[in-house]
Amino acid sequence: MLAPGLYHILFISAALFFIGVYGFLTRRNLITMLMSIELILNSVNLNFIAFNKYLWPQKMDGLFFTVFIIAIAAAEAALAIAIIINLYRSHQSIDVGNAEDLKY
Amino acid sequence: MNITQIIFWILSVVALFSALMVITARNPVYSVLWLIATFFSISGHYILLNAQFLAIVNIIVYAGAIMVLFLFVIMLMNLNKESEPRKHRLLKLAGAVSGGSLLLVLVAALRDTDLKHEHALVNEGNIGLIQNLGKELFSTYTVPFEISSVLFLSAMVGAVVIGKKE
Repeated sequence: MLAPGLYHILFISAALFFIGVYGFLTRRNLITMLMSIELILNSVNLNFIAFNKYLWPQKMDGLFFTVFIIAIAAAEAALAIAIIINLYRSHQSIDVGNAEDLKY
Repeated sequence: MNITQIIFWILSVVALFSALMVITARNPVYSVLWLIATFFSISGHYILLNAQFLAIVNIIVYAGAIMVLFLFVIMLMNLNKESEPRKHRLLKLAGAVSGGSLLLVLVAALRDTDLKHEHALVNEGNIGLIQNLGKELFSTYTVPFEISSVLFLSAMVGAVVIGKKE
C-alpha cells in the first residue's frame, strides 16, 4: 500500500486534473483560469512520464511528449497573456463576465 | 518505509495542497506563488521517476519563465483581493459537480486497471539524462522539433501583433 506505484501517481495526477477543471469552471478571473489550464497540463505531463517510466522504461516517447507539451504551454501562455492585456486595455477588467460583446 | 517512499508521499501532499490553494486563494499573486510550489513538487516527482532533465526544464520554463510573466501581468494590471470578481454559489456547485463526476469516472477507470503490480525501479535507468534525450531528439524527433520552432516563431509574431497598441 505504501510503496509508491504507478497506481498512486495516476491517482495524484487525476486529483490535480480535477483541481484544475474545478478552478477553470469556478474562477472568473482570466489569469487564474489560465493558471488552472497550466495545472491540467502538468497533471497530463506527470501521467506521460509515469507511464513511460513504469510500462516502457527503455523508450523515451513519454518524455518527448512532455517536452513538446511544455513548449506548447509556453507559446500558449504568451499568446493568452497578449489577448488578456488587449482585453484589459479595452474593458479595464479581466473578469470573463465583462467580455460579452459577442454575446448579444 | 524507506526514504524514497517518504519523499514521494511528502511531495504528493505538497502538490495537492498547493494546487488546492491555487484555486482557493483570493489574491492572484498568492495563487501564482502557490502554483510555483506545485511546479516544484511536480519536478520532485519527475526526479523520482528518473526524468532529471525534464525536472530542470519544468522548473526553468514553468516556474522561471511562465510564472514570472504571470506575476508581471498581475502587477501591471494592479490586481488584488478587492478587484477579484465575486464567485456565485451556483457556479461553485456546478464546478464541483462537473469536475467531481470527471474525477469519479477517472478513479473508477483506474480502479479497474491491472496496474497494481507495477512498482518503481527507482535507482535504475539513465533514460532521462540529457545525453540520451539529446541523441533521440536530434535523430527520431527532428521533425517535431523543427515544427515546434515554427510554432514558437508564429506565437511570437502573434503575441506582438495582438499586444501592440492600436
